[in-house]
Amino acid sequence: MSKENLVSTADVELVLQARGLTKVYGFGEVEVHALRGVDLDLAPGELIVLLGASGSGKSTLLNILGGLDTPSSGEVRFLDKPLTSFDDAALTRYRREHVGFVFQFYNLIPSLTALENVSLVTEIARQPMPPEEALQLVGLGARLHHFPAQLSGGEQQRVAIARAIAKRPDLLLCDEPTGALDSPTAILVLQAIERIHAELRTTTALITHNSVIADMASRVLHMRDGQIDQQIRNTTRRPAKELSW
Amino acid sequence: MVSATLNKKLWRDLWRMRGQVLAIGLIMASGIGVLVMGLSTVEALDETARAYYQRYRFADVFAQVKRAPKRLLSDIAALPGVQTAEARVVESAILDIEGFQEPVVGRLVSLPSTTNSRLNLLTLRSGQMPAAHRDDEVVISEPFARAHSLHVGGKIRAVLNGAWRELRIVGTALSPEYVYAIGPGALMPDDRRFGVLWLPELALQAAFDLEGAFNDVSVSLLRGARARDVIEAMDRILDRYGGIGAYERADQLSNWFLMNEIEQLRTLSRILPTVFLAVAAFLTNIVLARLISLERSEIGLLKAFGYNRRQIAWHYAKFVLAIGALGIALGWIAGYWLGWYETKLYGEFYHFPFLLYRPAPTAFVIAALVGFGAALLGAMRTVQAAASLPPAEAMRPPAPPMFRRLVISRYAVAQRLEQLTRIIIRQVGRWPVRTLTTCVGIAMAVAVLITSFQWLDAIDHMVDVYFRQAQSQDVTMTFAEPRSVEVAKSAARLSGVRTVEPMRVVPAKLRFGSRERRESLQALPMKQHLYRVYDANGTALTLPPDGLMISSMLAEMLGVSRGDRITAEILEGRREVLKIPVAGIFETYIGSPAYIEERALARLLRESQTVSAMHLRVDSLQLSGLLAELKMLPRLSAISLRAANIQMFDETMARTLIIFVSFFIVFSCVLAVGVTYNAARIALSERGREFATLRVLGFTRAEISYLLLGEIALLTAMALPLGCFAGHMLARLIVGGFKTELYRVPFVLEGSSYGWAMIIIILATAVSTVLVRRRLDRLDLIAVLKTRE
Repeated sequence: MSKENLVSTADVELVLQARGLTKVYGFGEVEVHALRGVDLDLAPGELIVLLGASGSGKSTLLNILGGLDTPSSGEVRFLDKPLTSFDDAALTRYRREHVGFVFQFYNLIPSLTALENVSLVTEIARQPMPPEEALQLVGLGARLHHFPAQLSGGEQQRVAIARAIAKRPDLLLCDEPTGALDSPTAILVLQAIERIHAELRTTTALITHNSVIADMASRVLHMRDGQIDQQIRNTTRRPAKELSW
Repeated sequence: MVSATLNKKLWRDLWRMRGQVLAIGLIMASGIGVLVMGLSTVEALDETARAYYQRYRFADVFAQVKRAPKRLLSDIAALPGVQTAEARVVESAILDIEGFQEPVVGRLVSLPSTTNSRLNLLTLRSGQMPAAHRDDEVVISEPFARAHSLHVGGKIRAVLNGAWRELRIVGTALSPEYVYAIGPGALMPDDRRFGVLWLPELALQAAFDLEGAFNDVSVSLLRGARARDVIEAMDRILDRYGGIGAYERADQLSNWFLMNEIEQLRTLSRILPTVFLAVAAFLTNIVLARLISLERSEIGLLKAFGYNRRQIAWHYAKFVLAIGALGIALGWIAGYWLGWYETKLYGEFYHFPFLLYRPAPTAFVIAALVGFGAALLGAMRTVQAAASLPPAEAMRPPAPPMFRRLVISRYAVAQRLEQLTRIIIRQVGRWPVRTLTTCVGIAMAVAVLITSFQWLDAIDHMVDVYFRQAQSQDVTMTFAEPRSVEVAKSAARLSGVRTVEPMRVVPAKLRFGSRERRESLQALPMKQHLYRVYDANGTALTLPPDGLMISSMLAEMLGVSRGDRITAEILEGRREVLKIPVAGIFETYIGSPAYIEERALARLLRESQTVSAMHLRVDSLQLSGLLAELKMLPRLSAISLRAANIQMFDETMARTLIIFVSFFIVFSCVLAVGVTYNAARIALSERGREFATLRVLGFTRAEISYLLLGEIALLTAMALPLGCFAGHMLARLIVGGFKTELYRVPFVLEGSSYGWAMIIIILATAVSTVLVRRRLDRLDLIAVLKTRE
């Protein structure tokens, strides 16, 4: 797509701004540097893809952005508030009100139906959409009352997406959302993410090791050894249904 | 075939699950500890008593007479079967202890003047024996000295045969005859109000006009001699001198009480720990089964590597045996230590000069076998189930349970439930077996608590019926000899006395067919006002105008029923042998009494009415004046206060049974904590992913805790009524099996006991949930979510 989706700190308030993020696990000899100084800006309505091999630090970055983890050093600002100095309660509130997560393994609550899994979030959110509507958005309007065990993998992941976006989050973070799915199913899931991005203008970050998926992003960040070593702006975004691998 | 790596895995798994391992260990340990404690305490008391009796030459046969010339002793010593015979003077006296307002009952026992004692030897605890020629030196029983802070050199005033005497304490001692130092007519030993004094024979003979005579004889038997033959021969010799019948050691008061108490403890320490161990075994079983079911995918993996079923089973067997060994070791240590502690407590109470605590291995071995058995059974079932699956299937998590919308979810109430509550309810509903086992586990803890509490309730009830409802006298004065009614009635003129009621007690041997039993006949007015005959239902009984009203315990011992005629051999006066019909049988909790209407007894004895004790109702303001007057009265053998009896009963129970029961309370709590902690930990490991997801979705720690703890709360709520019901049934069962000659325990369970049991279990589960909640707070969100389901 065109220039208006590119980052320009001057005229838009950024959704997320990360500076000098590092993350070190362990101590002494077993120290692992998962992030080695990452800077990142996310503008409203962007859809970025983080691409990289396993161990490149992309999940760590996403977890920090989503308030699931804290960096060893560096700063993250969310809508100009310092996320990195939030305490646990504030981080919980941040996740509850502003962030939607989608994981590789769908993490649905087995004892709740599709609709109830979504209601789980809408009950505690501020201005959620009706759970039925969220499920319609991901194409599951007909399977509201099915339990996770009665749904296919792709369907479960779409419930997870519906659950993530039902609160109308400012930020949708997807960690390998198609990693456990075959390609036709994966494409259905990506279409759901695409549709939500288009209709709700939700700022979205998606992690994958599959470079084909990068084509649907407005911006692609390549990660290696805990750093962003390459940044590509797609001038044209390919629709998800055209992807194949 | 032993894989070092597998063993390493074993130790690491044990360490990783240390919380749960410890919880299961504690469950086992409580069952085992209770058993070891109970059995070893009883064993120790039994052994101590035996050794004490043997070392201090406790006599085998005893007899009391009015007055027998000294030369009879050689006749008795010459009887076939007799090893040693010793004659003494034994009398009662009222004592006055400085600073103690109530009169004290003293038992005066003579020490031979010329030789050392040969039977019923004293253990001198301080000071020395009195000099044979002194008539003012006395050795007193150690517990009595302690109760009054009396020391060597101190003084006691005593009414000896109607005259005040001052006695100087030269020593303190213990005697095998007074292990259970119980005063006349009392139910419990009371060291403040009853004491034993040993004086030189000459002094006592002089004081009680028994020069050249004795009124008490003890005999030890040759090995193989029949006590019964010796008793009959002694009775023939002593009859003419006012003998009231020789009796064997089993009927000696202190020993009878002691043996009854040990028997009572034996029953208790068999029943309660058995219940406990069974419960602990059951819980170990279910908890381990659940723990192992978490290992399902690992079992599949091991099979995929090529381990065979036997190897896998052995691997997990070792895991379980390690846990079992921990539980057993903890149980042994706790049981041994508590057994020693308990033995010491009882040792003080029973006045032994030494204690033998050498628990036999039996208790330990039984406990260990049950413990290992329960653990292995629980685990192996699950291991077998997992090992029999094809590896690929075992490695996958078990098929997700089919959650369905429950019928109730259609109702409006259910519609309003928030999702978290819905999760809890579905979780509980979807795993019925799991729900049931946890529920049953908690319920069992409630049940054992209730059965423990039932003892306290039962005793309260006994005290209430026996001392508070049935009796309303304040003071009972017992005469040394039966007195005429007129003399007795003068008691009414003592200061502060409002009502008097006479009682006549006649020592007798009761016989029916081949069965015989020494039991005094208690003669009371037809309708009693102060000292009432109550049956177990709490109804006051009117004595029939003729015949005996006997307790069901006595009826059982003699094998009689209503209408049968009992042969009563009266052991005093003209020593009549009477045939008395049983006019009624009633149920009572304490002893095995036989009552008869006072005029009926006088008619049978062909004498005018006499009394042996008077029950008095006293104006409380004038009680101290009355006690001072009573101390001065000659020819009283005992004075007892009902209030003191109640206090003593309560104190004694507090020192014995309540301590015993409180251990059970502690162990019940351990059970409850163990079960709930494990249930919560397993839930946490099975559903960690779910909890992490919710945290990621923005649920707070409190909300997640609600999910887990709410489930436990719900299970506990379901378990409580179940536990109350089980406890009720269990208590009934136990009470039915508990019966000694001295006590029958009524089945009484107060509402408050259910209440306390529930409160304690709620607190115990709260403790374990707090422990688990700390883990929930540390849940690693990322790690959990990254792993595959």
